[in-house]
Amino acid sequence: MAANVTTPGAVEPKMWLGGIEPMKASYGKLMMWFFLISDTFTFSALLVAYGTARFSFPAFTGNREDFTFSNLYWPIPERVYEAVPFLHGISLPLVFVGIMTFILIASSVTMVLAVEAGHRMDRANVEKYMLWTILGGFTFLGCQAWEWAHFIHGTDTGSVMKVMENGEWIEKTIFGANLTENQYGPPAFADFFFFITGFHGTHVFSGVILNILIFFRAATGFYDKRGSYEMVEKVGLYWHFVDLVWVFVFTFFYLV
Amino acid sequence: MSAIEGLETAQHHADEHEHHHEAQNFWQKYIFCEDHKVIAKQYLITGILWAVIGITMSVIFRIQLGLPDSNLSWLKPVLGGWISDAGKLDPNFYLALVTMHGTIMVFFVLTAGLSGTFSNFLIPLQIGARDMASGFMNMLSYWFFFLASVIMFASLFLQSGPAAGGWVIYPPLSALPQAHPGSGMGMTLWLASMAFFIVSQLLGGINYITTVINLRTRGMSFDKLPLTIWSFLITAVLGLISFPVLLSSVLLLIFDRHFGTSFYLSDIYINGEALPNVGGSPILFQHLFWFLGHPEVYIVLLPGLGITSEVIATNARKPIFGYRAMIASMLGIAFLAFIVWAHHMFVTGMNPFLGSVFMFLTLIIAVPSAVKGFNYITTLWKGNIVFTPGMLFSIGLVSLFVSGGLTGIILGNSALDIQLHDTYFVVAHFHLVMGAASAFGLFAGVYHWFPKMFGRMMNTTLGQIHFWLTFIGIYMVFIPMHYVGIAGFPRRYYQFTSYDFTHKYMDMNMFISIAAILSFLAQFIFLWNFFYSIFKGKRSPQNPWRSNTLEWTAPVVPGHGNWEGEIPAVYRWSYDYSKPGAKEDFIPQNIPYSQTLESNFPHENELIAQEKAIESQNFNDQFKASH
Repeated sequence: MAANVTTPGAVEPKMWLGGIEPMKASYGKLMMWFFLISDTFTFSALLVAYGTARFSFPAFTGNREDFTFSNLYWPIPERVYEAVPFLHGISLPLVFVGIMTFILIASSVTMVLAVEAGHRMDRANVEKYMLWTILGGFTFLGCQAWEWAHFIHGTDTGSVMKVMENGEWIEKTIFGANLTENQYGPPAFADFFFFITGFHGTHVFSGVILNILIFFRAATGFYDKRGSYEMVEKVGLYWHFVDLVWVFVFTFFYLV
Repeated sequence: MSAIEGLETAQHHADEHEHHHEAQNFWQKYIFCEDHKVIAKQYLITGILWAVIGITMSVIFRIQLGLPDSNLSWLKPVLGGWISDAGKLDPNFYLALVTMHGTIMVFFVLTAGLSGTFSNFLIPLQIGARDMASGFMNMLSYWFFFLASVIMFASLFLQSGPAAGGWVIYPPLSALPQAHPGSGMGMTLWLASMAFFIVSQLLGGINYITTVINLRTRGMSFDKLPLTIWSFLITAVLGLISFPVLLSSVLLLIFDRHFGTSFYLSDIYINGEALPNVGGSPILFQHLFWFLGHPEVYIVLLPGLGITSEVIATNARKPIFGYRAMIASMLGIAFLAFIVWAHHMFVTGMNPFLGSVFMFLTLIIAVPSAVKGFNYITTLWKGNIVFTPGMLFSIGLVSLFVSGGLTGIILGNSALDIQLHDTYFVVAHFHLVMGAASAFGLFAGVYHWFPKMFGRMMNTTLGQIHFWLTFIGIYMVFIPMHYVGIAGFPRRYYQFTSYDFTHKYMDMNMFISIAAILSFLAQFIFLWNFFYSIFKGKRSPQNPWRSNTLEWTAPVVPGHGNWEGEIPAVYRWSYDYSKPGAKEDFIPQNIPYSQTLESNFPHENELIAQEKAIESQNFNDQFKASH
């Protein structure tokens, strides 16, 4: 039905009159946007749940210097997250998570550069920046693994807490945290930490897998053959979204 | 074809496409099919099977409620150990039946079966598209639903029974396996099934929205879309935003059940022994659940309302009254749907001031709903009504929507709701306004679009008999149920024989049960009519209802790609019925104004100048490949 095709430029396209993709957004890009809207609500639900749990516990009211871990109040986050690899015993509040955040945001920058190179059909640069993005993603995941490991193993001394065991209240020293015990504060704190950062980490991990797929296809010339690097852009949207979610997780878990 | 290719390559592909018709084998054609019409039929048939199971369950527990002395030994071959040797229904299984009836009807029949069927079938056909934006994702959507169905169905056969904590699965009941037999493996499978169901909804919904935005044929601007498409679009947006919240709450519940977390659990004693969980909140689950649960009501109902708009306008031979008001009221309902969820939770100890805010927002929903009700009635007013079965069910929907909506205004008041909460008044209310009304929408859609689906007609007389029996039966079930509810009968009770206040209403309960059984039996008329007509029905003409929308311009049984040759262009809205001066009492959407000079209004004559522009809007890939 080639005779039926309107030559581009012959008439002025009307964006909403049908027979056209409004705003030149391909269906794949639209689908990614709608998926991201949906995923926003998944994360929002989790963060709202976290908020209600947090505000159902009292905050620590004394002097910041006197803060100790207790399951009677919500901990001050910067006293929980103050470890950095190779610097055992030194209190560096939020330094490590700051580095993680920087790495993730830097990987967003390299993603933008890859998308931009894709617009220019510049295969070499797409490959280069995709590799940087993949590296950033893996580094972030590695940092997260270290942070989880540290969180799970706990401090040298642990904290003495009154907990319910087999129907009785007992006092015991708890080291680190898991889904039922937590040396840093109420178990809910650890529960939400593991669930939300884990859920985000799963998103990062799938993003890295997608990035590898894109890199592979770019490197083998698939997009050159297809004549469009739009796939880079679509996965880029997802990658930026995952970064943006991290900004919120970072804000609510570590900063406030 | 994917739209991401450059123009030249697309052109190249188009040439290839002409020789692209290998024969498909059985598996490609009927099982793992990417054609939207086949997927729609898969959804429909699966939905009908689920409906049979779900409604049968309701009949079993209605027998238990209305005829508590009856001997159910005859059910032993099916239910086995769930019927005691004395012929009594097991109380735990009664709870499981109630739970599964709710789950099946709300999610599997009225969400997947209704919007899955008609969104898939009608969106491409009515907007003039070859298929959905992504046929593969569409197929995946059905198969995720199928997987969810298999898991849910398997849970019916567990020795400990399926989930039994109510379809709302409130923790702690659903979170603690020791709380109830149904909270063990049954609940595990329920949660797994729903997780897959949500994935299916997401894949489907993204596809519906994208298709409506990107694949409309030339001339099909949003203000010419049939109201069915508007309703499917809004439904898909609702699902897109609300189902992920259910996913989050379900995931947290899974962690509470299996990994020892305390998201929803706190301060619980079982048999005098304290559980270690502290710090969780069961109310949190209710908030998350109802953030899905309330929009879900409209996810179920809106497709029915859209179908009704189309069927009523066609069979009243009149333009729909207030086309734009219909769209605006659907948008209004959709918006309000997200900010009223806590009216399900007035008795959770909520701050009364917060309750009054949610009450106020809830009562506002009456406004757009009333707009829709009045618009349906004014569309019928002085129309040349053709009482096809589809039309009867559409009018029936309006009736049920109005009478069920009225009790919604009562329940929306927090002061009244505290009295009526969890009584049969609530059950009667939502069965009328969302259950039966949406089911009527489903029936209307099936009767109306059956010819397009299978190329044959369903038997009209049987359809009319089916309608009257169902319509009368539904009202006989649910009107008395309001009284039983006001009298104080609580929901989900196994029997009412041991309380003094319930004795004098036992005859009314029996009446409800007998009416339910009769309406259940009436559905077999439909089943016979449906399956018989697929194979032996009268051959359908191309446009049996003399309707305006685009699907009737396609061949009687559209092949892959829907239209042979090019896709029709659209010049007018889909409601030009009984236009003064016109030769026929309908003018399909693809007839340009330049061909209907005798019936054009002055402002429509000006639109003739636009026709050239419409015809040249061939910028989509789908215009390049003929199928």
